[in-house]
Amino acid sequence: MQTSTVRTLLVRGMIAGVVAGLLAFALAYVVGEPSIDSSIALEESQSAPAHEHDGAAGAPAEEEEELVTRPVQSTFGLATGVLVYGVALGGIASLAFAICLGRVGRLRPRATAALVAGAAFTTVYLVPFLKYPATPPAVGNPDTIGKRTTLFFLMIVLSVLVAVTAVIAGRRLAPTLGNWNATVAAGGGYAVVMALACLLLPANTDAVKETFPAALLWEFRLASLGVQALLWTAFGLIFGALAERVLRPAGGQAAGQGPETVTGTPAARAG
Amino acid sequence: MAESIVPPAVSSSAGSAISPLTPLPLRAVLPWAVFVGTLMLVLLYFVGAEQGATSVFSGAGVHEWVHDGRHLLGFPCH
Ligand SMILES: [Zn+2]
Repeated sequence: MQTSTVRTLLVRGMIAGVVAGLLAFALAYVVGEPSIDSSIALEESQSAPAHEHDGAAGAPAEEEEELVTRPVQSTFGLATGVLVYGVALGGIASLAFAICLGRVGRLRPRATAALVAGAAFTTVYLVPFLKYPATPPAVGNPDTIGKRTTLFFLMIVLSVLVAVTAVIAGRRLAPTLGNWNATVAAGGGYAVVMALACLLLPANTDAVKETFPAALLWEFRLASLGVQALLWTAFGLIFGALAERVLRPAGGQAAGQGPETVTGTPAARAG
Repeated sequence: MAESIVPPAVSSSAGSAISPLTPLPLRAVLPWAVFVGTLMLVLLYFVGAEQGATSVFSGAGVHEWVHDGRHLLGFPCH
């Protein structure tokens, strides 16, 4: 019975992830693609005169041969990336929700969903972004992609592990410190450890060339931030509404009544 | 304020109903977390890192296809 509840939550998490991904894709296409196009145009104008990258025998005029054309990359390609990201993280977030529900504070499902979505945005994207921010195409050194990928994923794994530890510690501290102080302590602990990690981990100096225009870089990073913020806000709200309907106490004395009649009562203590 | 209007105890007597505040047992979450969670991480790998630092498939088709998403979602791409 409870296993099927988890399955239902998982399916709904993935559905919410798809819908959130669609919204995020729309925003990414409108505000993100212009800065990506500008970055690629800039790179081509700079590297065109002395392009020896593909070897002496290569055709310099053709650049690298395109496997996927720009119009496809900016539409179907972008949609695939954002949707798969949404589905995958929606599924993972719904599992995190299934664990947190009733364990992290006495919150209703939709409040727990909002909390999980906010925590996922912060730990998986925002904090790693502060140390290793998103970079537009064609600005960095391709030889360091291995190092940059390792550091980026290391930062995400570290951030998630520290956050999980902070939540567990917060739960342990809650009976003695009270919910508010325990939450502040857990959040503060996460912030301090991640600040130390940012200080100690190596900087990402060759992700962006020094000559790359700052305004374009800002525009791109703001778009990236907006896409992720929209994705997680939409996911939290949509999944919260879907999860609320799965977990609403339809049984008990109110059994047989329409679900809407039950909604009002527990809401009184939602805060 | 201090008391929930729908106490968790109600759900245990109500058969299939689950109170919003009753934790789901971890053993019910675990199998899904292991199998589906792993599958989701594999999907994330293909969006975020395949044919960049590491490659499961040769070539650059996957990288090229998800290229714009990879950049905008914050992954290091190239
Ligand atoms: Zn790229």
